[in-house]
Formats: sequence, structure tokens, C-alpha cells
Amino acid sequence: MSKKQDKLNSAAGGGGPRYQSRNMTAENPMGTLKRLLSYFQYVKWMLIAGLVLLGISSLASVGVNAMIKPVVNSLIMEKSVEKLIQYILIMAGIIVVSVGTSYLGNRMMMNLSQIITHKMRSDLFNHMMKLPISYFDTNQHGNIMSTYVNDVDMVSQALQQAIPQTLSSILIFVGTIVMMLVLSPVLTILVVAMLVVMIIVAMQVAKRSGRFFRSQQSQLANLNGYIEEMMDGQKVVKVFSHEEKSIEEFEVYNEDLRASSTRAQAYSMVIMPLMGNLSYVQYALVAMVGAILTINGSMDIGTIASFLQFTRSVSQPITQLSNQMNVILGAIAGAERIFKMLDEEPETDDGVVDIDCGVCQERTWLVPQEDGSTKRVPALGDIRFYNVDFGYVEDQQVLNNITLWAEPGQKIAFVGSTGAGKTTITNLINRFYEIKSGKITLDGIDIRDMKKSALRSTLGMVLQDVHLFESTVRENIRYGRLDATDEEVEEAAKLANAHSFIVRLPQGYDTQLTTDGQNLSAGERQLLSIARAAVANPLILILDEATSSVDTRTEKHIEEGMNQLMKGRTTFAIAHRLSTVRRSNAILVLESGEIIERGDHDDLLAQKGRYYQLNTGAAELT
Amino acid sequence: MYKLMGRYMRQYKWYAFLSPLMMILEVFADVMAPFLMAQIVDKAIPAGDQNEVVRLGLIMIAIALGGLLTGGASAFLGAEAGNGLGANIRTETYRKIQSFSFKQLDQFSIASLVTRLTNDVSTISMVTTMTLRMAIRSPVMLIMAIIMAVNINAKLALVFAVAVPVLVVAIVIILYLAKDRFRTMQKKVDDVNAVIEEDLTSIRVIKSFVREDYETERFGKRNDDLRDTMMKAMNLVLILMPLMNLIIYGTIIAIFWYGGNQVIIGTMGAGELTSFVTYCSQIMMSLMMLSMYFFQLTRANTSSERIQEVLDTEPDLVSPAEGALTALANGDVEFADVDFRYATNDQDSLQDVTFTVKSGETVGIIGSTGSAKTTLVQLIPRLYDSTRGEVKVGGEDVRRYDLKTLRDGVAFVLQKNTLFSGSIRDNMKWGDENASDEEIIDALKSAQAWDFVSALPEGLDAWVEQGGRNFSGGQKQRLTIARALLKKPKVLILDDSTSAVDMATDKKIRETFETQHNDITTFIIAQRINSIQGADKILVMDEGKIKAMGTHAELLQTNEIYQDLYDTQVKGAIAE
Repeated sequence: MSKKQDKLNSAAGGGGPRYQSRNMTAENPMGTLKRLLSYFQYVKWMLIAGLVLLGISSLASVGVNAMIKPVVNSLIMEKSVEKLIQYILIMAGIIVVSVGTSYLGNRMMMNLSQIITHKMRSDLFNHMMKLPISYFDTNQHGNIMSTYVNDVDMVSQALQQAIPQTLSSILIFVGTIVMMLVLSPVLTILVVAMLVVMIIVAMQVAKRSGRFFRSQQSQLANLNGYIEEMMDGQKVVKVFSHEEKSIEEFEVYNEDLRASSTRAQAYSMVIMPLMGNLSYVQYALVAMVGAILTINGSMDIGTIASFLQFTRSVSQPITQLSNQMNVILGAIAGAERIFKMLDEEPETDDGVVDIDCGVCQERTWLVPQEDGSTKRVPALGDIRFYNVDFGYVEDQQVLNNITLWAEPGQKIAFVGSTGAGKTTITNLINRFYEIKSGKITLDGIDIRDMKKSALRSTLGMVLQDVHLFESTVRENIRYGRLDATDEEVEEAAKLANAHSFIVRLPQGYDTQLTTDGQNLSAGERQLLSIARAAVANPLILILDEATSSVDTRTEKHIEEGMNQLMKGRTTFAIAHRLSTVRRSNAILVLESGEIIERGDHDDLLAQKGRYYQLNTGAAELT
Repeated sequence: MYKLMGRYMRQYKWYAFLSPLMMILEVFADVMAPFLMAQIVDKAIPAGDQNEVVRLGLIMIAIALGGLLTGGASAFLGAEAGNGLGANIRTETYRKIQSFSFKQLDQFSIASLVTRLTNDVSTISMVTTMTLRMAIRSPVMLIMAIIMAVNINAKLALVFAVAVPVLVVAIVIILYLAKDRFRTMQKKVDDVNAVIEEDLTSIRVIKSFVREDYETERFGKRNDDLRDTMMKAMNLVLILMPLMNLIIYGTIIAIFWYGGNQVIIGTMGAGELTSFVTYCSQIMMSLMMLSMYFFQLTRANTSSERIQEVLDTEPDLVSPAEGALTALANGDVEFADVDFRYATNDQDSLQDVTFTVKSGETVGIIGSTGSAKTTLVQLIPRLYDSTRGEVKVGGEDVRRYDLKTLRDGVAFVLQKNTLFSGSIRDNMKWGDENASDEEIIDALKSAQAWDFVSALPEGLDAWVEQGGRNFSGGQKQRLTIARALLKKPKVLILDDSTSAVDMATDKKIRETFETQHNDITTFIIAQRINSIQGADKILVMDEGKIKAMGTHAELLQTNEIYQDLYDTQVKGAIAE
């Protein structure tokens, strides 16, 4: 990670837990919903079939309860075994329909939710790969991860559970009320009155629970942030005997979290007994009124038995609905973040100039002409900057009026203090960032006219922070050129001076690397990254020398490897070693985004300027 | 899991005890309602007794309100207990980690300790609340409902003797099958996330090698895999619900059939029959809840094992139980025949290390990576214990000191050092809590850090980001040196602490040390010979052994390794 990136990241709000807790409310729910619906086009028929099946299932389950009236009446009024058998068979039939359609409907919803979330993940990834480096520099990786992990999951949950359950809750509720009205309008009024009371109570509780839940989330983020920071510096804590102090601080955070999470959980748990027992009160009232009506002869016993069954099931859909609403709102908020990432502007790549062969010894730029023909320009590695201005953010210029040139095979070293703009210049050559004004040309062609893939295939980078992949040593080197043979890989490793350490590894070239090659030393990682660049056979090399302290022996190895790699290639080096600087054809001394001195080692020493100061140790290099 | 609960409930044990008790009362209200309803339908209605109807109805309402109160109370008490336990376990775990030695921190790894403190504790706290509620509610409900059912009609209750085992077996089989599929699914989820994480960190490599399509393809494969395994796992779970429903409904139909015949004969009331059906669903539901609970519990067990592992680890490096020394006489340091081996290694990292340093001397240590320079100095503040031999500070074995005393007396500026989020002043106070601004400024001056700190608009109040990432490497190193100086140590260890500082500043730091802090015994580990050439004594390390010892002039004469280093570094780049 470059230092620039660190700064930008911290500006975006540093620290915090790994996958941060997310906001649950969407800014533009309707727009998001509409866009979410567009994803259903892949599964339109599945969705329709699923919803129809679930609808049938819900209505059938209302039907099961409706069968209680004839069954009970057949027992008490008609006292007929034949009737009983008949009704029971009908009931069994409805049950089979209800269960069967519910299974099929849920299965469809599950499958379609998998299809949609799969599509979302791959859309996200495809798009992410097209985003410019600035996106990765300004957005915390934890937040990006969270979009893949949490937000997609929320959408999937909504599709899989919340939508089917909301649908069936509504249908069951409406169906039940209709059946109740048919059985007894008087009792139904009583039930509805009680339901209103219950809904008001539930809403009050839900409001509190939501508030406490939010405060719990932020306390949790605070605590996790504290834990991460302290664990990261745990060895410092020990060296300073700071353990007790750190426990004290921890306990404050922990207690805050305990208090708020207790409240949040209490309010969310109290809903169940509250609604359950209120529904028993309702049940008792219905039983009382119903019994009195029956005694007066205006109702039969089957009706009251059936009605009581409905009373028990009428409040369930309401509790369900309130639960599912939260899931759906969360999913919309999640979808909004997904779409936000999908709306990020991709890297501009409208160049037309291609290259005939990215890795060959002799390559040619193919420049399309207006008359349809193609002009062939030999690719040599001649880079020129013409009055380039650049800033990472609006009105903060990082580079001012940079003009420089490197002829094929020349070595250019950038020297200057942190923040002078050395890394920034290299970020412009490969178009990781776009210049604000001026022009950069490669072999006389404006790099903005080149296809990005063509441009980058001619550039090799060896950066300070080496990133390797979780695969074998061989595959990591081959990353530079996917069709390189095993021999070519070993060739590159030898050139980079990495071969000797690789063969000493337990499985040689087939040794599996752990995340980011953490099982190798810093020096070995550096050597591997040189080999990786070597196998790509770039025309131009961008070197960001490591400042990390490697021992002198390995350092010598690295230096030799680098020298081999630089042979015959135009090289831009952000130099920290004076030996690298001294071997350069030209040294550019940067300060605050401007080139203040240029020349070779001897020239610059003679100038007795900034370079002279750096050289004699009067100023800081890193 | 239960072991953790028993041990760390502490001040919340009354909540943990009362919550289930309240729950039992609530369940009682649950099972009474259908019973009273049966009374109304079978006795009061046929008798035409309106007063009896009202009486029974009011009892029902009273019981329901009672259930509401006890159920609500149980929820609140349960939340207190569950979250209280979570907080207790978190504090205990954190406290334990604070007592770990460097060796133990290495063994657990920082990342794994973070997960344990965050995710694992949250899971445990959630499952505790569930245990207090579901794990107690369901069996109680099951038993009470069975009692009521038997009470109504013992013969009809025999239906459960068939239905319950069938349901249990079905649940067990499905959950057993599901467990494997879920494990595979989790692995696929991890695979997908691994690509994303890896690509986020390596995005510059991907872009510069133009490997976007290659990565998209790699991701696509894993994404397809995930979808397929997810579908497989979920399809199995989806069978669970309809299967249960079929069994429950089947039982209800059986009840209607056998019970119905009895109603027709007149040995059972219609109200009894419908309440029996209600008990049936209560029984089946409790069984389902119970099975869900056990499913959750297996997840929590992994978490609790991981927490338990931390809690069961005894710190292997502690102050002596009694008679610990609480003062450091002076800055003398002595190593006598010291061997050291890391727990994970099968050979010694240090061998036969013997040397003596007098108070106030400066010692330079030089040698290639892996020559155990850092390992050697880590033994001085007793970050690790030697495997053989004796390390003495102030004339006493380091193992005889109270750890805090020793580490306050021996300041160690780590190679991989870090600052903490807070102001510069806050960070400096790590060295001395009561340091005045003047003292802090003095220390910053000694470490050549005051120039840039005073240039910051907020000065000492300038904010330091987590890890100190808003300062350059050289600035960070100077700040950490100042922080260590504030401890006013007798011994100061600088482990490659000026590697990012320019030569001139490095020299100034050394000069201040010589003039103002010449009472402090100073160890300097460095890659650059310039940093140590003025030392009173230089140790040349190679492969865990001291190869030579002497002053710069002496070593240049006698030691080949040292000469070599001098040649490559000093002669090779005259300017440096």
C-alpha cells in the first residue's frame, strides 16, 4: 500500500472493525427497488410460478382451519362416522396440497434467490475489476468486502424468506379475516379491535428495540475497533507494561456494549411473550362471547371451535410481517450499496492503439489511421512528459508542470522526500491515474490513445510492497505471463537471482505460498516479484525500491537481480539506495511536486543543491 | 459451552436463575388456555351456564396477563444474563491475553485473537440467551403439554408415542445430513471471499499485468461453485419444513379420527378434542425448537472451544510469586552462557552467549538477518525466557524481578513498532503517565522529533492515526524513541529503530544520547555500520552466536565479517 493510499484511506475514516456494521436505511428505496426488480428478468417464470404456488399454499392452510367447523359439527350435531371420514379425507387432501405447494414454492424462491445473488456477485466482481485504482485507494477494503458478504446476503435473505413469508402472511391474514367474517361478523369485530391494540403495542416495542439496536451496533464497532488496534500493538503494550491500563479502557467499551446490547435484546425478545399472551387474552374474550352466543342459540359449537382456531392463527401473520419488514428494508439498503458500487465510473479505456505482441523482443504499435489503414510504429520505450499537472483530489495539485524524457534503455531515478510526488509520477505512466493537463507519450504516441491493456503489457512494475497470490511459487512467477513454460519461469527466476532460494524451499517451485507470501521473508518476496516482472519481459520498468531492512547479503542479491532486469529496458526508479541512483543516466530531484534539479550524479554533486544535501546526509531521503 | 456459562455468569447468576423460572410460569399460562377453553365448550355451553362461562373466561384472561408479565420479565432477565455473560467472558479473555508472553502471542497470532474477542464472544452471548430461553422453554412446554394431553385422554395420547419418535428421527437425519453440506458451503463462501480479499490487496499487480479477465474467470468459477453447493445445502433444509408439517398434520388427522369416534360415542367432549389438537401442535413445536437449538449449539461449540483455549492457557512468563525485586539497581547487563530456542523451532536460535556491559555503555549489535540480534535483546526485558544460562540486569537475574519493574527499567523500541490513535501527547504518556509537557518536549528533542512536531499546527495535540500511519517511517521511529525515553530507563534497546531516519539525524540522535543520556545503557541494533561505529562495544552476530566483540577499530583489524560489511557499505557508497 502506498503512503498516498494510507492517507486517503484514513481520510475516509480509519480504524473500525473488519466488516463494518452497515446502515439499515436506504436513501432512495423506490429507485433501488425498481432496479432490483430488473434482476428478476432472468427468473421471471420461476418467480411467477413460485409466488402462485405459495399463494395456493397459504390459502389452503386457511382452508385446513375452515374444515374444523364441519368436522366438529359432524361429531356433535350429526354424530355421523361417515361424515367424519368424508371431512377428514377432504382435510387431508387440502393439507397435502398446502404442504406440497409450499415446498415447491419455497424451492423456486430459493433457487431464484441463488441465481440472482450469483449474478449480483459476478456483476460486482466484473465491475470491480474495471474500476480505476483511485477507487481502491479511497474506499476501505473492509467496506468493499462487506458489500459482497453482508449486502448480498441481505438481498438473498429477503428473496428467500422475507418475500414468500410476507406474501403468505398477507394472504393468510386476509383469508382468515374473510373466513371469520363468514363464521361470525360480531366476533370478528372483537378480534379486529384486539388486533389494533396488539399492533400499537408491537409498534411501540419495535421502535424502542430499533433505537437500542442501532446504539448497540455503534458500540460494537467501537469495541471491535479498540480490540483491533490494541491487539495489533500488543507487543508494544507489553514492552510498556501497559496491560492494566489497557484492560481498564477495554472495560469501559465493554460495559457500554453490554448495557446497550442488553436493552436491544430485551426489547426484541419481549415481543414474543407480549404478542403471544395478548393473543390469549383475545382468545379468552372470543371464547367468552362465543360461548354466550352459543348458549343463546345464535351460534353452533362447530363454529365457535373453528373460530377459536382462526383467532389463534390471526395474530401470527402480524408478528411475521413486522419481522419481515425489517429484513426487506435491510435488503433494500444493501441493494442500494450494491448498485452504488456498480455505478462507480470504470476506468476510461477509449484508446485505439494496440500492440502486436505484448511480450516479444520486437514489438510494434499498431496505430489506426483515419483512412482505415494501420500505421506501424516500432515499440522501443521512449517516454516523455510534457507539462504534466496532476492532483488526487480537485484543487490539490500534487504535480506541477512536470516535463521529463527517457530515451529507450535509459535509467531515470527519482529522488526526494516523502510526499514529493515520486510514486505519483509512476502512477501516471501506467495510467493508474489520469493526468489533469499536459501530455505523456510513449514512442511518440499519447498514452491516452493506447488501449490500456496494450500500454500496461509493455510496463513492468516492481513495487515496495510485494503482493503475491495464494498458489505455488511457479504460478506466482507465471502471473507475469500466463503462457510462459516451466523453463521460461525458471529462466526468469535465474535472471532475478531468485532461483537459488527457490530450489532450497521444501517443494522448490511447487511450494505453496500462504496469503500474500507471508511464509517467505521480505527479501525473498522481493526476489519473486522481480522474477514475475522478468517473465513478462516489459519494455519499460517501474521500480519502487523497498525501504524495509533486508540483510546485506539478500540486498546484494536483490540489487543484482534488479540490474539484470534493468538491462536494455527504460527504467524509472524511485530510489532509496544511492548505488541505484548513481548508476542512473539521469537523476530527477523532486520537491513538492516539482522537479527542482536534474542531471547525473556528478553534475548534481557539483551543483551543491538539494541532491548534494541528501547525499551528505543533511536531509532525509525517505 | 455450558462450562463457560457456569464459570463466568457471576454477578448475573440471579438473572440466569430467575429468567427460566419466569419462563416456566409463562409456559404454564400457555398450556392452561386450551384446557380452560375445553371446559367452556364441553361443560359450560351444554349446561347453558353463562356465569360459569364468564368465570372461566376471566380466569383465562388473568392467566394470560400473568403469562405476559412473567414472559416479559423472563425476556428482560434473559437478556441481562446473556449479555452479562458475554461481557464477562470478553473481559476475562482480554485480561488473559494481556497476561500472555510474546511466545504465546506468537503462537495464537494476533488475527486469531481479534476474531476470538469479537465474533466468537458474540456467538457465545447469543447462544446463552437462547439457552436460557429456548433450551428451557421447549422441554418444559413439551412435558406440560404431554401431561395435559394425558390428563384429557390417556388413550388418545398414545398417538404421541408414535408421532414424537418419527419426528425426532426425521429431524436428526436431516440435520445430520445438512451439517456436512453446510460445512462444504461455508468452505465455498470462504473461497469466494478469499479471491475478493486477495484481489483487493493485489489490485495494482492485477492492473499492471492486465490480469482483470483472468481474475474474473477465477472468481467466476468459485462463484458458480458457491451457487451450486448452496442450492444443494438449501434444498435439503427446505425438505425439513414440509416434512415436519406433514407429520404434525398427520398426527392431527389421527387425533380427529380416533378422538372423533370417541366424541360420537360420548366418552370425550368436542372441546377436549380441539384442545387436544392444540396440545399436539405445542408438543411438536417444542420438539422443532429444541432441534433448532441443538443445531445452533454446535456452532457455538466451535466458538466456545476457541475461547476456552485462550482462557485455559496459563501465562508462561510471570513475576516471581514472592520476594520479587521492585527496583533496578543500575544499568549493568550480563549474559552468562545463554541459549535460547523458540517454541516452534527445533534448534537453538542463540548459543553460548556471554558478555558483560557496564551501566551507561553503548553496545552496537550487527549481523545479517536471521543472526538472532533481536532474539538476543528480547531476553533483557524478559520478553522471552532463556532456555539455558542466566540473563542479569542490575546485577540480578531477570527472573527475580517484578515484570513491571523490569520492563519500566528496560525500554525497548521494537523493530515493528506502532503508535496508537490519539494525540502525540497521549502517545508520549505511554512512557510516563504523569509526564509534563516540558518533559515530553525534552524527550522529543532528544529523539530529534521536536522539529517536525512543533511544525505541526496542533503541536503536541496533533492527531495520530491508528498505527501512526499518518507519519512517515522516519518520523514514526523518532516518536517511538521519544516515547521510550520518557520511561527514564536504565537500559534502552533500539532495535533497528533509525533505519528510516536519514544519516544526519541518526547521527544527531546518537550525539544527544552520548551527551545527555550517557547514564543509560544503550543497545543499538543496526544494518548500517555508521549507526554503531561509535559504540563502546560492538557485537558481531552470525547464526545465533557472537562471532566477535570489540570496538570499531579493533573489529576492523581482526574480524572478517565486520570488514566485509564495512567494505560493502562504507567504501561502496562513499557518500553514504
